[in-house]
Amino acid sequence: MTRVVVAGAGSIGSLLAAHLARVADVTVLTRREEHAAALREQGLRVSGRGDFTARLEATTDPAALPADAELAILACKGTDLDPLAARLEGTLPGATVMTIQNGLGAEEVVAAHGEWPLLSAVTFMSGTRHGDAHVEYVLDTATWIGPYRGTTEADARRVAELIEAGGLKAQAFPDLRPAQWSKLIFNATVNGVAALTGLPHDFHFAQTEEPSDLGHLVRDLVDEGKAVAAAAGVELHDDPWEMNVLATQRGHRHFPSMLEDVEARRPTELESINGALVREAERNGVPVPLQTALYRLVKAREASYSE
Amino acid sequence: MKIAVIGTGAVGSLFAANLSLLDDVEVWAFDLNELHVAAINRSGLRLSGAGDVVGRPRATSDAAELPPCDFGIVATKAMHTEPAIAATAHAFADGCVATVQNGLGNEETIVRHVERVIRGTTFPAGKLLEPGHVQWDVKGDTTLGPYDKGTPLAEVERLADACTRAGMPAHAVEDARGPQWRKVIFNASTNPIGALTGLTHGRVCERPDLRALVTGLVDEGKAVAAAQGIELDADPEELIDHAARKDVAYDHKASMLQDVEARRQTEVDYLNGGIVRFGREGGVPTPLNAAIQALVKGVEASWMQS
Repeated sequence: MTRVVVAGAGSIGSLLAAHLARVADVTVLTRREEHAAALREQGLRVSGRGDFTARLEATTDPAALPADAELAILACKGTDLDPLAARLEGTLPGATVMTIQNGLGAEEVVAAHGEWPLLSAVTFMSGTRHGDAHVEYVLDTATWIGPYRGTTEADARRVAELIEAGGLKAQAFPDLRPAQWSKLIFNATVNGVAALTGLPHDFHFAQTEEPSDLGHLVRDLVDEGKAVAAAAGVELHDDPWEMNVLATQRGHRHFPSMLEDVEARRPTELESINGALVREAERNGVPVPLQTALYRLVKAREASYSE
Repeated sequence: MKIAVIGTGAVGSLFAANLSLLDDVEVWAFDLNELHVAAINRSGLRLSGAGDVVGRPRATSDAAELPPCDFGIVATKAMHTEPAIAATAHAFADGCVATVQNGLGNEETIVRHVERVIRGTTFPAGKLLEPGHVQWDVKGDTTLGPYDKGTPLAEVERLADACTRAGMPAHAVEDARGPQWRKVIFNASTNPIGALTGLTHGRVCERPDLRALVTGLVDEGKAVAAAQGIELDADPEELIDHAARKDVAYDHKASMLQDVEARRQTEVDYLNGGIVRFGREGGVPTPLNAAIQALVKGVEASWMQS
């Protein structure tokens, strides 16, 4: 069987590890020893859209990872990626490494720490962790995969097929940037607005009846993002405004991670999402005054944790 | 002379208590807070802090009790202007009504109910400590001016004179829009930033990126004012920097941040929303003020969810 390493077992990492363990030998790399021990002893339970318990290996020691792993998925939060990639330096000699973080720039961060062939991924699925050894599978939307460095669409397809065989949805693309940018613009807008207002991603985000309704701001932010994508030569895979409208029509109140982070007074993924978009805008000479305001406000909100 | 103060929260109480000390003025205090009204009628309206005063206005929650008055002073929160003036307008059939409220649009609301309206901007501040007792935090001037040609300047002067004699210094001017817009631009450019980030005024201003956002908001406000031919009486930028000093208001939490922390409806529709509305009428784009208004409205909407 294929050997796979999943580094980082938050909700996305846990969902990938548990499902892949049905079709591959999976080792999970965690930060905390209790977390690894719980996974080794209890397995990893999936509830919600799935109902099974996966058996897998787990460790906190990068040196203990199987040297013959063919695939390593780095599934930590964007803010933890650089230290994680640093811990993996010199390990996993035969592995293709796949990033799956929100925003832009994850691939470059990992590329700086090793010569591994790299795949890019974005995921639209969601889950909720109910402890170290239990994850609820909530939204069964797909993970999209594309080549980045030293890989081809065929490599992306093999990983997508493996993930599908495990019971999740996945699709390979010749170039991931159109999908990655669609999600970037969607996340920068929706997560930032949710973090500042305290609103989950609900009907307010598409409401445009009154001039002061939030939908106008959301649409204007999306339009700024589209202008940046166009200037960067990226043809978007999906219209982020339509992604927003669709998501608000699911009748399910989604709490974006940036809102949860702000409410728990944790550092957010602002830099790799909104910060990345603002920097791309500057590089391409596109004015984005509203996205810039959003970015500065969330950044200041993080600074207020110490008040 | 009879004066009715409509809405006796902190600012209304400062006017009502001080004016009631004058021998030639009979002051009425209208407020829907019945505990506050009962306390005023029982033990007077007490101010402490920047000045210690016990005033004896006649207080009521029943608009029908108000006699015909020479002047009204509306001091409610801006979202309560319409019901407050609709209920009390009968008392001002032969009088003038001044607004000393925050924001834009209060005069337009009042003039739908009474003929003679006075535009006012006031700087003293305080807070209601308990029924009948207001803490007077800072003293400050009030500027009054006729809203339109229907209001004689001589009447504005008569009200300003009474306020000044009562220890609430007031100036009557031909065009009171300058001080009003200066205050609105100041508040609209700083209060919501505090409310959205949780930072005090000083901490907002010491972050260069956030201070630049404040300037973006100020510039939109200035452009809207200029398009109407309004000359600001001071540069809001200088006032914002002055207030950020450690010895002035560095640690001040904007009233809108206090509102958000207490989950009270804010005045954002009358601050940023007012700038956006006058901007639309004058063909001046105000994208940042519109964005800030939508975000604060979103914060208010989030309280309905939980």
